[in-house]
This record gives sequence, structure tokens and C-alpha cells, in this order.
Amino acid sequence: MNGWSGTILHIDLTNKTHRFEQPDSETYETWIGGKGLAGYYLHPHITRSWDDPEMPVIFMDGPLVGTASPTSGRMCIMSRSPLTGTVGDCSVGGSLGTELKKAGLDGIVITGKSDQLIGIEIIDKSITIRDASTFSGMGISLLYERQRGNGAVAMIGPAAENGVLFSSIVVDGSFAAGRNGIGLVLASKNLKYLTVKGTGRVAVHDNIGLKQAREDIFRQVAATPVLMGEHGIAYYGTGALYDLMDSRRMMPTANFRMTKFKSAHRMNASALNKKYSPKRAGCKGCHILCKKVGKGGTHIPEFETMSHFSALLENEDIEIMVRANALCNEMGMDTISASSTLACYSEITGKKLTGKQIISLLLDIGRGQGRGKELGQGSYRYAASKGQPELSISVKKQELPAYDPRGAYGMALAYATSTRGGCHLRAYPISHEILRKPVATDRFSFAGKARIIKIEEDQNAVVDSLTACKFVFFASSLEEYARVFTAVTGVHSTAQDLLKIGERIYYNERIMNARNGFSSKEDDLPPRFFKEAGSSGSNIKIKPLNRKEFLKARANYYKIRGLDENGMPIKEKASLLGLKWENHKGSELQ
Amino acid sequence: MKQLVDKYVNKLVSAGLAEEGAPLLGGLDAELVWNRSDPACNELEEVFGALNINSLLFSKPAEPYLSIIEYLAKGADKAIHPNDSETRTFMHDLPVIRDFKSRQITGALKERKSVIIPGYGIVTWGTVSPEQAFIFYSSVCFACFVKFFSDYLTEVRNGTVSKEQARVFERVVRQLTPLPEEPPVLMHGRFRLEEDVYRAISEAGRATVKHHLVDSFFGNVSFRYNNTLYISQTTSSLDELEGCIDPCPLDDSSCTSITASSEFTAHREVVLRTGMNAVLHGHPKFSVIISMDCEKEDCKFRGQCHTRCPEERFVKDIPIVPGEVGTGPYGLCHTLPPAMEGHRGVIVYGHGLFTVGQSDFNEAFTNLLNIERMCSDEYFHRVGV
Ligand code: SF4
Ligand SMILES: [Zn+2]
Repeated sequence: MNGWSGTILHIDLTNKTHRFEQPDSETYETWIGGKGLAGYYLHPHITRSWDDPEMPVIFMDGPLVGTASPTSGRMCIMSRSPLTGTVGDCSVGGSLGTELKKAGLDGIVITGKSDQLIGIEIIDKSITIRDASTFSGMGISLLYERQRGNGAVAMIGPAAENGVLFSSIVVDGSFAAGRNGIGLVLASKNLKYLTVKGTGRVAVHDNIGLKQAREDIFRQVAATPVLMGEHGIAYYGTGALYDLMDSRRMMPTANFRMTKFKSAHRMNASALNKKYSPKRAGCKGCHILCKKVGKGGTHIPEFETMSHFSALLENEDIEIMVRANALCNEMGMDTISASSTLACYSEITGKKLTGKQIISLLLDIGRGQGRGKELGQGSYRYAASKGQPELSISVKKQELPAYDPRGAYGMALAYATSTRGGCHLRAYPISHEILRKPVATDRFSFAGKARIIKIEEDQNAVVDSLTACKFVFFASSLEEYARVFTAVTGVHSTAQDLLKIGERIYYNERIMNARNGFSSKEDDLPPRFFKEAGSSGSNIKIKPLNRKEFLKARANYYKIRGLDENGMPIKEKASLLGLKWENHKGSELQ
Repeated sequence: MKQLVDKYVNKLVSAGLAEEGAPLLGGLDAELVWNRSDPACNELEEVFGALNINSLLFSKPAEPYLSIIEYLAKGADKAIHPNDSETRTFMHDLPVIRDFKSRQITGALKERKSVIIPGYGIVTWGTVSPEQAFIFYSSVCFACFVKFFSDYLTEVRNGTVSKEQARVFERVVRQLTPLPEEPPVLMHGRFRLEEDVYRAISEAGRATVKHHLVDSFFGNVSFRYNNTLYISQTTSSLDELEGCIDPCPLDDSSCTSITASSEFTAHREVVLRTGMNAVLHGHPKFSVIISMDCEKEDCKFRGQCHTRCPEERFVKDIPIVPGEVGTGPYGLCHTLPPAMEGHRGVIVYGHGLFTVGQSDFNEAFTNLLNIERMCSDEYFHRVGV
């Protein structure tokens, strides 16, 4: 095989055994890898509870990982989300994907539960399970220092060990598989860390073809201001988006009660750059390098984190923003959910949080103590326990990122239809609604958005399966990546062939969610967005979303996606996509 | 959707890319809408069914593009391979098929953004907007135009012009739209209000499109005012710049330039180095064609002229520099600004022309027009017409 290594490792933590599986080429070609293949392995278990020992956690590479393909260092981690109950997955960078591939593995499926805290250490195909009880409660940075000699490191922090529903898995000390709380699934298995070191090489079918396709992509990336422009994410990190969101009046402020933050100009990426003079860093195999590390190793927050730890909490202290980010990383918890849960708490209690309170509440959450215990359950469960679930600004119980949906209607629809709950990355319509890529669309209109969102969800499912970084798609498209895929694997493919697979992958997720009872009822936004206006001004009007138009767009989406009017999968569509049709209990339907 | 579809059909006609009544443009959300009904819709609806797209454009190009494309397609095996920067960066190559059949069309469009079907026309698509289909179509016309005239010049030099080529050339030349004798009068500077800057930029953009000095959404315009560079946004159409101009502070205090034109850095360096305030960039065709005509047969950088050309090249007083779109290692932001010092304009190899002016866009526009006229005269001089 080229691109793929042809081997999947299965580890059973209950019995401390492992085996190697060699899937046939059809399985690979049907699911590509990454998120697609992970979904294939997750599906049979999806109706289990997330803490059922048999629930797998899946680490999966795509065929492009470890090759010269641009942004080839990403991978997918998937399980069932403790936070949302949906399929739960994250694309994550760092070096884990690359090391895994060099070890001759496409992925690892971990099931079972250890009776004490352990770590898994992999060197090529040799697997060692070690006692990790001395690392119990250890923060990310120290654990990383201890383990980095063993290659790439994926680990959980104290938050996961203390039951935080939005705890993350952190790779190489700072690359977070942040969303959906999948860190908690590792904790439920008593697995503190995983290290991988590989010494092999990834076979490529056609090196010349790969080089050509790669140059095409480099050229497009260079021509894209948001990436390589002098104020683009290569130089300012994803925080480059901050000023734009503010000027477009869609920066969620005060728990989404406003959409413009008066101190934004003092908290932006330019202010961070001045203060910390960061260097460029990033995932293995990437030339964009969107991560920023300041003097003394300070990690500069990403856009979502910057926005939520400033505007959403009305915090005007840039150092608190940076410290909050560092603390979430250290504890191993998702910055979006953490900040948004604090904002919800602030609104319910009617108290604006001081910088000191923000830090101490985050500590409490990570340590599972005091008020942190209830806040660690996420904003939805917290708000519901106070009788005000509508003040949790979440979809499917997962907190929304830093794009106010009243300022980008495609984003509104995409938040609602996302299979992992409140997430901007399933479709990322910000690309055309705000960043004008590939061309601009009218951000205040639902017209045409249903099909666009469906196509983008399919596309991003492919990107997360190849695997590549979504950022490169501001510049490039599947047209170029299909050539990369063909050159790497030798399997001839076009952009449209890949999109078809993306459609299968996404529909598979809809089926998995349906089997857990998800329907149109959950494909919805918090009532605030339909009732309250955002902060209008400078000729921009931020109106409440029109509920009727939203529902019409969602109905269109269902039709285009091939779902029934309740958002439920349809047998004919499933079989058209080559998917098995199962009822809610998991047995085959007639 | 219908509104958008109609808008781009009208733009095709007004840009001289299609005759009235020729374009067939469909937009699909939950329902499919066409700008008009036509027997070809059936075949195209099958294409829609087979591809994950939201718009599809089919049209016969207007002259002179029609004659050019028919001629190039005839000599092409599976694709036409133009060498200009739009093709290199976005289109890669231009596939050609022989039958107007959904299967063949689908096959080609699965891989590329356009397909040419001799005797029928061009088909292009979009995934988020009919605007993409319009842009791809327009890029095909532009690229073929440039290739046709470039090839002809080379073959004249080599003495290999075929009879048919000569016939087509003559026909095409007869159908060229002449450049305006005089430049239009644009708003006069010095501008006292920010509002005037916005208006002047929009007006200059519109004039550039109206006089066919740029195609589709390419080109960009900027003006320095109060230590801020006001610049057209990336992927904006120069004839519709209202609401699509980004004010980018020159002191790096904000990242708003991430939606600005990909040439923001080049524009900024140009104003800083030259002390000029207005920068105008279009893709006038003969400037592009002339820039690609180099007689240095034995150059070791042949095939890489657009990035590696080591020569100081000129057409009359106008420098020609290599450089790719954007800020990459071969980005034109490195080559253009130094070349602009002491010149009224600079041509970027295979790409387009940048001009400057002091207090408003009159000078920059006049430069754009005059340099294009000079390049056109030079071209016909070189081919001996
Ligand atoms: S752009 Fe950033 S996130 Fe994407 S691969 Fe590169 S460094 Fe990683
Ligand atoms: Zn240009």
C-alpha cells in the first residue's frame, strides 16, 4: 500500500492485550482514513455509554500524514462525546499523526479499562503498557517534560481525572484535541498518556505528481492574505481574525448579549505580538505555522480563546486572557467550553467576573473543587440546574465558538446541523461569509446556504479524513488535494469522488446520532439568537435571526442532505451511499 | 438565487464575454433555478445531479473569444495549457472535450473548474455562488486570448504560422474593441474626506472594468490617506467596490488586511517607496502578452520566467518583473515595489500592470491606459502588422 500503512492497532486495556489488523483496501478506499475510518470503527459501539469500557477511543491518521503533502501533520481522535452524547471527534496537530505513521500504523483503537492509571508507549510496533499512578493529577507541562523523550505524546490533565465534561486530550504539550470532552473518555479508561515513536517512512506512489500538486497548493497559499499575508495567520496566528470579527460586529460579548466589545482594539493579535514577540510554530508537516509561542515559551491563545476570554467575559486584561489559556492547557480542558461556561455563570449570577475570579474558577473546575464541580459539567447542565437552560449558549449542550450567528447566517445553520454540537469547523462558512474565500456570499441571508453548508460539511469530512488542515482550504480546494491523494495512494480520484466519500462519512455520523435519539429537536440554536438583536452600528445592523427563515433553511438542508423532515436518516439514501441501515438498537432493519 | 443568477448572466454580456441570450446559468439550493429555459437544460441537470455543486454556467463565448477558443481547442489534445498567472494559480489547465454530453462534461468538471466543448461553448461551476462560475468562465476567455496572441507572435518569429492561424488572427484582430482615445475624467484630489477616498477607489475600479483593462474579479486598487491604506478586498469585483474596501493602518496596529487584496503588501511598499498615494492594478491583455515575449532562447530559466527571470527587462520605459501573486518566496511584493521607483508603471510577467499616481486616480488610470496602448502597438509592430 502507498500512503496508508495498512495496519491498525487494537489495544484492550482490560486484558492488557493488543493485536494488529490489516483492513482490506476496500475499507480504506471507502472511508479514506482519519475521521472517516474512525467513524467506521466507532459505529458498532455508538449506543454504548461513553464510560462503558467497550466504548473505543480511536486515534486515526489519513493517507497523507507523514508525506510531503502540505499540512500533513494532522490526525483525528474520536469516541462518543461525554459532553454532547453525539459522535465526538477532533482534528489535532502536533507530531502524533506523523510518528504514528512512521511507526507503521494508520491508527489505534483503544477499548477496555485498566484497573489502575497507566500509560501506553509505542515504538514502531512494540507496545508497552506502563503503570502511571505516579502521574496521577499531574498537569500537562510537567507530564510532557517527563514523556517527550518517548516521541509524540498525547495526554490528559487533571481536569479529565476530575470528571470535567469538556476535558481535552493534549498532544505534545500544547496541541489540543479540545472539543467534545474526549479527554474524559481516556480518563474513564484510566489512560493518562500515550507516546509514539516511529522510525519508518511512508511509501508514496508518485513522488513527481505529489511534488507538482504540492507546488500548486503552495502557490495558492502564498496568494491568500488570510494565510500568508503579512497580517495573516502565519504571522499573527488565528488571532488575526480578531479585528475582523469585531469590525463585522459579530464578536460574542457578555455571553452573547452583545456582538461588539469596546476594548477589542487593546486585546487583539497585534497587541499580543507587541507584548510577547512570538515566534512561528505549528504542526509537523506544515509550512503555514499558525501557532505562536512567545518569549519564555508563553503560548499565545488562538482566536476562539482570545475572543471568549476577553469579549465574552468582558475581560479587558490581556494578561488574564493569556493566563486563562495557559491554565486551560495545563489542566487539559477546552477553552471554548470553559470560557463560555464562566460567561453563563456570570450572567446567571448577575456578576461580572474579575480577572482574579476567572483564574480561580478555572482552577476550581480543573481541580473539581468548590463551585468548579458544577461548572465542570458545562454551561448547559449548570444553567439547567438553575432553571435557566436558555442561558447556556450551546448547541447539543456544547458551547458555541466565537462567531455570533446573527452576523453570519450560514454559520447559524452550520452550528445547528453540526454532528458534534456547537462547532464552527464542520462547515466553516466564515470562509465565504467573512473571509471572501473562494468568493464572498451575503452573510445576512439564508439564500443558498443550505446546499453550501452541506457541501462544506462533506468537504471538511474529507479534509479530516485525508488528513489535512482546514486552514489550507482558504486557499486551495479538493481539486488540488485530489491530485495529492492520487499521487500519494495511487488510487485515482477527483474532487467530486472525494466529496462523495465525504457525504458518506457525514451521513454515517447522522445515523450514529440518530441511533442515540438525536433529531431536528437538537439541530437548533439557543432562543437568544431569535429574540435579541446584537450590537448594531457603523452601518451594520445585527438583527435577531428570523426563526421562519432559519427553519426553512434547515428544512432545505434536510432535503439536500437526504434526511426526512425530522432530520432522521433515510434507508434509501443510506444504501445509495453504501451504508448499512440499522435501527436504534443496532440490529439490521428490513 | 434567481437574483444572483440573473446578475451574473447580465455581467457576462456587459463584459463582452457572451452575446445577449447565450448564457445558461443555473443555481441550486433546495430547488434548481435557470435564468431561462433551454433544451440544453436537460443535459446540464444531469451534470448537476452528478456533482456536489450549487451553480453551473454554459455559454458560447462572444467574439473574438469564440474564434480564439475554437481555434485553440481544435489543436488541443485533451486540454489547452496557457501560461498566464491566472491559469497557473487557479485554473491549472483548460480541459477540452468533443461532445456536449453530460457524462463527458461531468468527467471533465470532476477534475477542473471549466471545460471547453468546441462548437458549443464553455461550461463552468461554483460551489458557493454563481459568481465562481462567472469568474472561471471569464478566466478561460482571458487565458485563451493571451495564449492565442502569444503563440502567434512566437510562430511569426519562427516562421511557422499556418494558413488557418493567419486567417483566424486576421479575423480576431478585426473584432478587437479599440481602447478609448482619452481617459475618463475621474474625481480630483487632494481628497479632504475619508468618504471621498472610498468613492474615488470605487470609481477607479469601475472605470478599469468598463474599459476592459481587467477581467472578472482580478485587479486591485488602493489609496493612502492619513497613514492608512484603503484597498479593495480580496476577490472583490472592481466594478462593485462599494462596501468592499478595507482600511488597513500602516502601523500594523490591526489585522484587517486579511480580507484585503492579496497584493496589499505590494501596494503598501509601493506607496512607501515612491511617495505616491494611488495604486491601480489591472490585467490589460497586451501588457500581459508583451511581458511574456522574450527572445532569449537559451535562457536556463525558460519555463520559470514568472518566478526566476534574472534579466532586467523593459518594454520601452516600463520594467517587466517576475513575481507570483501574494507574499510567497517568489511573491511580486518583493519585485514590484523596487521596480516602481522612478517609473509610471510596472508589468508583472504574465500577470498584469501596476500604475501609480499622486493625488487621485487620474494619473494612475492614464498610465494604465497609455501603457496598454503602447504594448498593443508594440505587439502589432513585433508581428509586423
Ligand atoms: S495551519 Fe496551523 S493548525 Fe494547520 S497544520 Fe499548520 S500549524 Fe497546524
Ligand atoms: Zn493581478
